[in-house]
Amino acid sequence: MTALLVSVIAAATPLLLAALGALLVEKVAVLNLGVEGMMLMGAIAGFAVAHSTGNLPLALLAAIAAGMALALLFAVLTLTLQANQTASGLALTIFGRGFSALVGAGYVGIAAPTLPRIAIPGLSDLPFVGPVLFGHDPLVYFALALVGAVAWFLYRTHAGLILRAIGDQHDAAHVLGYKVVRIRYAVVLFGGAMAGLAGAYMSLSYTPLWTQDMIAGRGWVALALVTFAAWRPFWVMIGAWLFGGIMYLALYMQALGVPVPTALLSALPYLGTIFVLVLISRDARRIRLHRPAMLGRPFSAGG
Amino acid sequence: MLSLSPRGTASEFWRYAAPLLALALTALITGAIFAFMGRPPLLTVTTFLVTPLLAPGGWEALLVKAAPLVLMAVGLSIAYRANVWNIGAEGQYTLGALAAGGLALALPDAPGWAIYPALMLAGLLGGVAYASLVAWLRTSFNANEILTSLMLAYVAQYLLVYLVTGPWRDPDGFGFPQTALFSDAASGPRLVEGSNLHLGLIIAPLIALAAWLVLNRSVLGFQFRVFGQAPRAARFAGFNENRLIWLAMAISGGLAGLAGMFEVTGTQGQLTINLGPGYGFTAIIVGFLGRLNPLGVVPAGLLLALTYLGGDAAQMNLGLSSAITGIFQGILLFCLLGSDVLITHRLRWRVRA
Repeated sequence: MTALLVSVIAAATPLLLAALGALLVEKVAVLNLGVEGMMLMGAIAGFAVAHSTGNLPLALLAAIAAGMALALLFAVLTLTLQANQTASGLALTIFGRGFSALVGAGYVGIAAPTLPRIAIPGLSDLPFVGPVLFGHDPLVYFALALVGAVAWFLYRTHAGLILRAIGDQHDAAHVLGYKVVRIRYAVVLFGGAMAGLAGAYMSLSYTPLWTQDMIAGRGWVALALVTFAAWRPFWVMIGAWLFGGIMYLALYMQALGVPVPTALLSALPYLGTIFVLVLISRDARRIRLHRPAMLGRPFSAGG
Repeated sequence: MLSLSPRGTASEFWRYAAPLLALALTALITGAIFAFMGRPPLLTVTTFLVTPLLAPGGWEALLVKAAPLVLMAVGLSIAYRANVWNIGAEGQYTLGALAAGGLALALPDAPGWAIYPALMLAGLLGGVAYASLVAWLRTSFNANEILTSLMLAYVAQYLLVYLVTGPWRDPDGFGFPQTALFSDAASGPRLVEGSNLHLGLIIAPLIALAAWLVLNRSVLGFQFRVFGQAPRAARFAGFNENRLIWLAMAISGGLAGLAGMFEVTGTQGQLTINLGPGYGFTAIIVGFLGRLNPLGVVPAGLLLALTYLGGDAAQMNLGLSSAITGIFQGILLFCLLGSDVLITHRLRWRVRA
């Protein structure tokens, strides 16, 4: 049971990181479908730097920078040049796949240092709760702290209020004197940073190796999670654990030798995503209530 | 400094010039990347874009690669025009290939005149069925088609792996993950004896033409376009929204399935765990590059087909990874989306006051 929960939390962490970033981005009404591409770039950047320098903090910074670089490209296209957000996000993913495969060609099948597990004095010794929650690497703690931080920021700070205002009525926010485009740039970059970090978690802790296309759709699952959670941070966490659970279940059933072919078990998380999306989206009113009103709409100060 | 100012009306000139500008920018940027990697930029870019056409059999390979891209991009253009974001064409392509491949394996002795049309129908229906799943989830449960179609693409890949490593595996195949070879009849007629030029090469441009007529000269096409540009107006006009979503998904899925059928019967001759280099995703770029216009998709498909051959040439002649293809495709789409700003905006040099 303990081992199971530890694995679920590990599997949920990359989803949680990427989804929290995507949540904030969607809160300012920008839809960046390039999460998958940014995660791949983060994964290879983190892995390459960890392999060549052995310096893990530096590797994480590289992953963040890689995710932000792609996010910046997206921001220039959609916020400055007002390109179609859907198409630009797809471009990010296509480019990220290609670029990470090219850079990563030399890193397939080799090892890099992995993120260390850090026990928290006192807490880690608690029965049951200790090993489940407090025997992980720093990114797991960071992801959990980020849930609270994002929720606090969005709903308890003035800056969070401005963010939500921009997402729900960007023209009004603009008239009030807020720099809509500049703020969106910042949030999109934050989303890229979190996706990059999520990718680094995959290649430096979860797998931990580099293989081509190793994100395997997790970026898309993260986007689905944001909808599932109806743009609320705590529900993103619940959702991430749920998906972590489904992913673990698929692996666990393989290990147990359940007489279902491996390939079909591997399809389980994707089917699970569809199933959950269907359950959630059925209630169109609930989606409309929580959805940032301007989501995906272009904004230009000139009108 | 440079500044953008909105044009009064969209520029028709830039609508068609933007892809050319994007191509030029892409060549410049990839050249710069090659230079950064310590390669001669000009030689690398020409190896990528010109050498494949000069090689023996180059044009044949180009057409064979372009056919599935054009077929799929035609369908996607119609769907995207209607604001239906089917990005799982890769999955519908796989299902089309599975339906056709399964039928070909089940009827190894059928004569060509009977089996080939049946295979085309199977491929088409396989794609339609898989895309209908997405349409059903969207119209009945309001589930976002971007996410569901993409998730189903992953599911399709695992289904393929399951079938070719399990029930459909060739018993005489030494355990390789592949099916038995299809019969000669199932690979269909050839445009040139002994070549890889299958019937899809003729059907793809014909379908592009038909799609153009439907989109621009029929009531249905008009409804698609209105629904895409002004969904509220479409609703007030009484257009059946769900019907349009179903049709857009069925058309794009069916053409993707057909592309999968032509690919496995025409060029591969059996099912393996790898049905292609990701045509379904590249077709999205083809669609945008072709201005979501079924006729524009034809040259765009040829260009993107060239990037596959260019990747192979760069790998063989220069020792570069063929992943360079994906980078080129991604940069091309970036540049195109960026260049498109010129359709609605004017670029001006303004001296700061």
